[in-house]
Amino acid sequence: MTTTVDAGEIAKFEAMAAEWWDPNGKFKPLHMMNPVRLDYITTQIAGEYDRQLGTERPFEGLRILDIGCGGGLLCEPMARLGADVVGVDAAARNIPVAEAHARQSGLDIDYRHTTAEAMAEAGEQFDVVLNMEVVEHVSDPLAYLTACRQLLKPGGLHLCSTINRNPKSFAMAIVGAEYVMRWLPKGTHEWSKFITPEELYDLMTRAGLKPVDRKGYVFNPVSWKWSISDRDLSVNYVTAALKPGGSAC
Amino acid sequence: MDNPEDAAIFRPMEHDLIIVGGGLNGPALALAAARSGLSSIVLDALPGEIRQQDGFDGRGYAMALSSQRMLVNLGLWDGLVDNAQPMHHIKVSDGRTGDAQVFLGLHFDSAEIEEGPMGYMLEDRYLRRALKAAAEASPLIETRDGARVTAQVTSATGATVTLDSGETIAGRLIVGADGRASGTASRAGIRRTGWGYGQTALVCAIAHEKPHEGTAHQLFLPPGPLAILPLPGNRSSIVWSERDDRARAINALPDEDYLAVLRPRFGDFLGEISLAGKRFTYPLGLTLANSFVAERLALVGDAAHGMHPIAGQGLNAGLRDVAALAHVLDHAHRVGEDIAASNTLARYQSWRRWDTATLAASTDLFNRLFSNDNPVLRAARDLGMAAVGALPSLRRGFIREAAGLTGDLPDLMRD
Repeated sequence: MTTTVDAGEIAKFEAMAAEWWDPNGKFKPLHMMNPVRLDYITTQIAGEYDRQLGTERPFEGLRILDIGCGGGLLCEPMARLGADVVGVDAAARNIPVAEAHARQSGLDIDYRHTTAEAMAEAGEQFDVVLNMEVVEHVSDPLAYLTACRQLLKPGGLHLCSTINRNPKSFAMAIVGAEYVMRWLPKGTHEWSKFITPEELYDLMTRAGLKPVDRKGYVFNPVSWKWSISDRDLSVNYVTAALKPGGSAC
Repeated sequence: MDNPEDAAIFRPMEHDLIIVGGGLNGPALALAAARSGLSSIVLDALPGEIRQQDGFDGRGYAMALSSQRMLVNLGLWDGLVDNAQPMHHIKVSDGRTGDAQVFLGLHFDSAEIEEGPMGYMLEDRYLRRALKAAAEASPLIETRDGARVTAQVTSATGATVTLDSGETIAGRLIVGADGRASGTASRAGIRRTGWGYGQTALVCAIAHEKPHEGTAHQLFLPPGPLAILPLPGNRSSIVWSERDDRARAINALPDEDYLAVLRPRFGDFLGEISLAGKRFTYPLGLTLANSFVAERLALVGDAAHGMHPIAGQGLNAGLRDVAALAHVLDHAHRVGEDIAASNTLARYQSWRRWDTATLAASTDLFNRLFSNDNPVLRAARDLGMAAVGALPSLRRGFIREAAGLTGDLPDLMRD
C-alpha cells in the first residue's frame, strides 16, 4: 500500500464494494449461487485436508488462491475459516474494492492485480486453487490450466467451475441470464467458449491434473434456489482435481 | 498476546448474537445457535422472579409436531414429555347461534398420517422453565434478567446495544425476540402493517369430569372461535374469542359467572367443568413487520408477526422463525460467511416472510369466514367442510399442515 491514499477514493471503493456485496444488486446471480458454491468448496477442502467444518478456523494453515476474485465473495469466507488467502483479478479496479470490503470485515487478505500465469512464473505455491467461472473467459484454456497446476503444491486441490456447452446452457446462461432476466450484462458470455465436462476433464488431464469429482449446480425456478446435483451437469458444473504427488493425494 | 493494546484491537466480538427478549423464542434461538458453536447473550426486560414463578398459570401451547421435533433436537424433550399431552384427534365443528348442541363437521385423526400425533399440548410453565434451565447451563449463553435495551447501533462491521444500566454490549447480530411491541424493530425503523379484529381472546384452563381422549376441538361460533385443547389428566386449555366489549365484561365476572357464560358454548360432552388456573385476555390483531431483517438485525416470533391464535400457530410460527434463522446462521458459519451479512440475512427473510404472510392471511380469512352468521357464508363453509371431510387426501393435507409438516422444513424441525 502507498501512503498517498485518498479518502475520497476509499469512499468510492467502499461504495463499489457495497454494490458487489448487495444480495439484490448487480451481482444477484452470484449471491444466489454462492451458498452452493461455498458448500462444494468447503466440503471438498475439508475432505481433502481432513478438516472438521463447524469448528473454529478449520482451514488454519492452508494457503488458498482465488483466481478472478472480484469483490472477494469467496476470499472472505476462506479467510474467515482460517486460511491464508491470496485473491487475484485481471481487472485492476476490483482490487481496491475487495480490499475495502475486507477491511470492513476485519479480515487480512492479500489481493493482487495479476494473472495466474504471472503468479506461476513467480513460483507461488498453494494448497488449494479456486478457479470459479474463469476458464470459459480465457483465450487458451490449456495454457491457463497448466498455470493453475503449477500454482499447486504436490497433492494440492484444484476446484474449477464453468458452464456446459449445449442448447440448454445456451438458453439458460445466455438467453435467460443475459437477455430475459438481465442478471448479467449482454455479451458476458460467448457460448462457443463454453466447455463440456468431458472436454474439461481432458484439458485438465493434459495440463497434468488428475480429475476426481464433478457435480452440477442446478437452479430450481420454482423454489428460486440453487442446489448441487450428482447427475445434472447440463448447465453450471464444478470439478475437483488433484496435482499428483505429495501426501494428500 | 503480550501487548495489551494488541489485545484490545484483536479482542473478538463479545457475542455472536445479542438476543433481545427472554420469553420462549429468545432462549430457543440461543440454544439452537449454541449447537453451531455461536455464542449469545439473552437480554430479558422482565425481572427473573416473574419468569420463575412455578405454579400453573393457565396458559398452554398447542405444539405442532414440527415444534416438538425441534425440542427433541435441542435436547429438551426428554424433560418435557411426562407433562405433555399428545393430540391424537382434531375435531372442527361449526356452531349455530342459540344451538346448545354442536354440529360436528370435520374430524382429523392422526392415525391417517404416519408421523404420529398431530402435536402436543404443553403448559407454558414447563416449556419456559426447560428453556431457561438449558440456556443457563450452556457455556455459550449468557442471560441477563431485568435488562432493558434503550438504544442500538449497527454498522457494516458490528452491532451494539445499550442497556438502561448504561452498559454497552457488542456483538455481530441483534435479534429482536421482544414481541408485538418490539422495540428492536421500531429502533431499526421497521414499520408494521396490521389491524385489530375488535376481538379479544379469553384464555383459561378447566378441569372436567370426563376424559378428553386426546382430542382437540375447534368450534367456530358466531361470536368467534373457541378451542378446547387437551392437557394431561382431565384438564383442558380453553381459548375463546369475543368482541372486545363483551370480553371485557365477561372477564370482569367472578369465576362462577365466567363459567356460566363458557358452559353453554361447548355443551356437556366433558361433563362438569371448573376453573383450573388463572384467566387471561389477549387483544387479537394481525401485525406483520414490513421487513424481518435490517442491517445486522433479524426479527423472530411476534416481533416479526403477531397472528390470530385461531389455529394455535403463534408459538409454532415463532419456533419456525427460530429454526430457520438458526439454519441460515449455521450454514453461514460453516462455510465462512459473515453470519450477519445482508446476503445471509436475506436468506432468512425470503424463507420466512412469505410463509408468514400466507399463514397470517389464511388465518385471518378463516376467522372472517367463520365468525359470521351470514347464511350464504354459512352454506359455503358447511359445503367446504363436507368436501374436506369426504376427501381423504385433502384431509391428510390439512393434518400435515396442522402438524407443521408442510413447506421447507429447517434442519431443527426434521426427524
